[in-house]
Amino acid sequence: MDTAVNAEARVRTWHGVLHKVLVANDIRLVTYVPDNVLKPLLADIHGDPFFDAFCVTREEEGLGIISGAWMGGKRGVLLMQTSGFATLPNVLASLCTAFQIPALMIVSERGTLGEFNYGQALVLKTMRPVLDSLALEHHTCTRLDELEFIADRTIKQAVATQAPAALILSPLLTGGKVLKP
Amino acid sequence: MTNSANSAGRATRESNTRPLNRFEITKRMVAKLTQGEAVIGGIGNTNFDLWCSGQRPENFYMLGSMGLAIPIALGVALAQPSRKVIALEGDGSLLMQLGCLSTVAIRAPRNLIIIVMDNGIYQITGAQQTATAASVDLVAVARACGLAASHWAADEADFDALFDAAQERAAPSLIALRIDDQAAVGQTEREPARIRDQFMRGIGAKGNRPVTQSPSNKI
Ligand SMILES: Cc1ncc(C[n+]2csc(CCOP(=O)(O)OP(=O)(O)O)c2C)c(N)n1
Repeated sequence: MDTAVNAEARVRTWHGVLHKVLVANDIRLVTYVPDNVLKPLLADIHGDPFFDAFCVTREEEGLGIISGAWMGGKRGVLLMQTSGFATLPNVLASLCTAFQIPALMIVSERGTLGEFNYGQALVLKTMRPVLDSLALEHHTCTRLDELEFIADRTIKQAVATQAPAALILSPLLTGGKVLKP
Repeated sequence: MTNSANSAGRATRESNTRPLNRFEITKRMVAKLTQGEAVIGGIGNTNFDLWCSGQRPENFYMLGSMGLAIPIALGVALAQPSRKVIALEGDGSLLMQLGCLSTVAIRAPRNLIIIVMDNGIYQITGAQQTATAASVDLVAVARACGLAASHWAADEADFDALFDAAQERAAPSLIALRIDDQAAVGQTEREPARIRDQFMRGIGAKGNRPVTQSPSNKI
């Protein structure tokens, strides 16, 4: 349960800050396809009864679910890694953008700053061009001291402008994932 | 009537006495909606026939995101647990997003009804055969995913009975129908922003509270 002490401790970690910002913006529905870097955030979210959080089988499915929930009056977010984002352009274009649905995405960035999997490195090259080609707002979060401001303002802008938006969590923020020797 | 076959779980895709018609069944279903039920039409024919059945404000017409009628309906169902939500989906579309059946089964929303219009073809792209024409039984797939209340409707009366039971059930239901190869009887007006806005107002998610009370203004 959420105590004042817990809340205080949370804001000292990247996942704690995101947890706080999601709560403050009434984002209750959390869909995700698992990712190692996101593990502490998923644990925080599953541990807080404020959220309705569950795993989906594909990122497209998660985007469909949070889009439906938004239209029904409940705010949601989709959490995934870079390779998951790469499966989304059709849905982002034909559903979220065309229908003006502020689908919020949080992407843990793989493929850079020590990536060990060439496929991940290549797929990352497609992510920002896709976001830019649809003129979608996206921010790369690299510093803990900026995270709350960027995340909070990105969510508020997405809702106000009825446009999807992505928060990209850089390894500079999260530590990323490195090959264990 | 083959309700007994259905309740015993013995009806199969091929046990239908004859293929049904998508538009006729859609009209039949819409005539039963008296509680403001939300209906999500999938890509192409399912949403076109829904549109042609009369443009209820609680209808959402999905354009382009093939396979997402059920996930979108699940999202609406989770947001509004006291409203029944119905997804209309084609067999080709469901085959593209089969994983969503497992998500629905695990979440088990009390208010979700899935209707699968199975013509065994991708009708709208030129009638190429889908896997249901060869070997796949989508009701068996749904049951294997954990959706116990999944049935083939043998005829119109059977559909009525299955739909009425689904309306009463406090668990998700899936009704599949073998349908003919007809195209939809018309086409949806493709104005996504207007479709979304009317749907949100139709289900009370918009237009009933001042913007200034939005929680986004607090942090
Ligand atoms: C992701 C994606 N792939 C392919 C298409 C092209 N497409 C549009 S409708 C359709 C067939 C849909 O088949 P089904 O759901 O069985 O409905 P039917 O046309 O038979 O009524 C296809 C392949 C698309 N719109 N989106």
